Amino acid sequence: MEQVLQVLISGILSGGIYALASVGLALIFGVVGLVNFAHGEYLMLAMYIAYWIYNFSGLDPYQSLIINLAVMAVIGYITFKVIMERVLDSDHSIQMLLTLALSMVLQNLALMFWKADYRNIRIDMTNDTMNLGFLTFNTPRVLAFLIAIGASVLLYLYLQKTFTGAAMRAISQNGKAAQLMGINIKRTYGLAFVIGTTLVGLAGLLISPIYPAYPTVGASFSTLAFIVVVLGGLSSVPGAIFGGLVIGVVESLAGYFAGPAYQQAAYFLLFILVLVFKPNGLFGRS
Amino acid sequence: MLKLKNINSFYGEVQVLKDVSMEVNQGEIVTVIGANAAGKSTMISCISRTVTSFRGEIEFEESRIDSLRPDQVVERGLIQVPEGRLLFPKLTVRENLELGAFSKRSRGSRKDRLEYVYSILPKMKERANQMAGSLSGGEAQMCAIGRGLMADPKLLMFDEPSLGLAPIVVLEIMELIKNIRKEGTTILLVEQNVRQSLKLADRAYVIENGKILMEGNGKELLNSSEVKKAYLGI
Repeated sequence: MEQVLQVLISGILSGGIYALASVGLALIFGVVGLVNFAHGEYLMLAMYIAYWIYNFSGLDPYQSLIINLAVMAVIGYITFKVIMERVLDSDHSIQMLLTLALSMVLQNLALMFWKADYRNIRIDMTNDTMNLGFLTFNTPRVLAFLIAIGASVLLYLYLQKTFTGAAMRAISQNGKAAQLMGINIKRTYGLAFVIGTTLVGLAGLLISPIYPAYPTVGASFSTLAFIVVVLGGLSSVPGAIFGGLVIGVVESLAGYFAGPAYQQAAYFLLFILVLVFKPNGLFGRS
Repeated sequence: MLKLKNINSFYGEVQVLKDVSMEVNQGEIVTVIGANAAGKSTMISCISRTVTSFRGEIEFEESRIDSLRPDQVVERGLIQVPEGRLLFPKLTVRENLELGAFSKRSRGSRKDRLEYVYSILPKMKERANQMAGSLSGGEAQMCAIGRGLMADPKLLMFDEPSLGLAPIVVLEIMELIKNIRKEGTTILLVEQNVRQSLKLADRAYVIENGKILMEGNGKELLNSSEVKKAYLGI
């Protein structure tokens, strides 16, 4: 029983990170209408940024958090201005091919510059544990979970409570009407894209003390984020938070009961079931 | 106040507007009538710049607006209440209204404007926290008009505000438009409901197949034999 509880909570901790890695994808899809296959690559970039800052200056990922996020925001902005802005009115298939290509380019640039080696950040905290009653948890994972859920909830509040947030929701519901309200659509698209890439970057730097950086590390998170976002109903931020937690728990329980080899199979199975029986997501209405 | 000069608009190969010229003076209610697909909505969309595939000049308050972005047109105080309301269905009525005051020009006076809109549309206050998608047709049109008023418009353009509404609600909407003019807002009204809009209008244009056919004051056109035959079925 104790073990199951430990496994369950461990799943929730991973789920928080999955949620954070996915909310940005849901936001970009919901507001900009863009399916971003390169989403995970921004997580990879943030991990490398954390790694190189740590290597050169000794600042750990938490200390370099602000710099890292600022760099991610700039990278997101450049991507939007140079690439995405040109295809906003294009066909979905063109946008998808483009983001897929971007994902490959970024992976291979990483491979070219930084090689395929696994880059680990070993800080003092990496192997720290903390006790919660009779349960024990790895400190960076708990910290990652707390910051991830905090940031995801902040994004939700931003969308619900601020005027620009309302403008983003308005665009996702009716772009033409949003223009007639005087909302500068392109600027808002850009903002949503930057927020999305910065948040997935935050997910990357949060796992960097416990997870190695390598050129294709983003790809696995991309797939995961797509599953999470579909579970949550595509463009819903709270849906993505919930979906992330579900995937974390499913993965963790499957690993415990069926064996680690079945972890991915379990959430892909869930994914297929959802697509077949509830294609609008767990919360979605038709 | 608003001048269109030789507007030619294309939708692919099809020419939707042919050399359309018209103007709206400060304080007027001007209506544009015509059958479905005559080009009325396209004309309004050209002014709002949500349609950009046109040639010709559009002037608002003595300056060209035909190369602005839609949000910049809104910033000038030239506001459109679109055909089919286009409310944000999953936002509350209040949020819909508030977004009407998104432009820098009206953002500061958002609270006062909201009070004003509630005072002339008390139904909207009752429905404030309801999702806009749950409103009836008439209420949705009220909400769309309220949203337009939130922008503190100098000129308010209505695209088919009576579409799909019960006759009694249509009268209510027309009365509302009359009152909005009284408060000092200039009105451009595009309508298929020829009788009601001509009654309301100071001046009117008749548009057919993308061309302006006739122009005159509202009462004159209402009594003209061509309009009677073509649009009123008399």
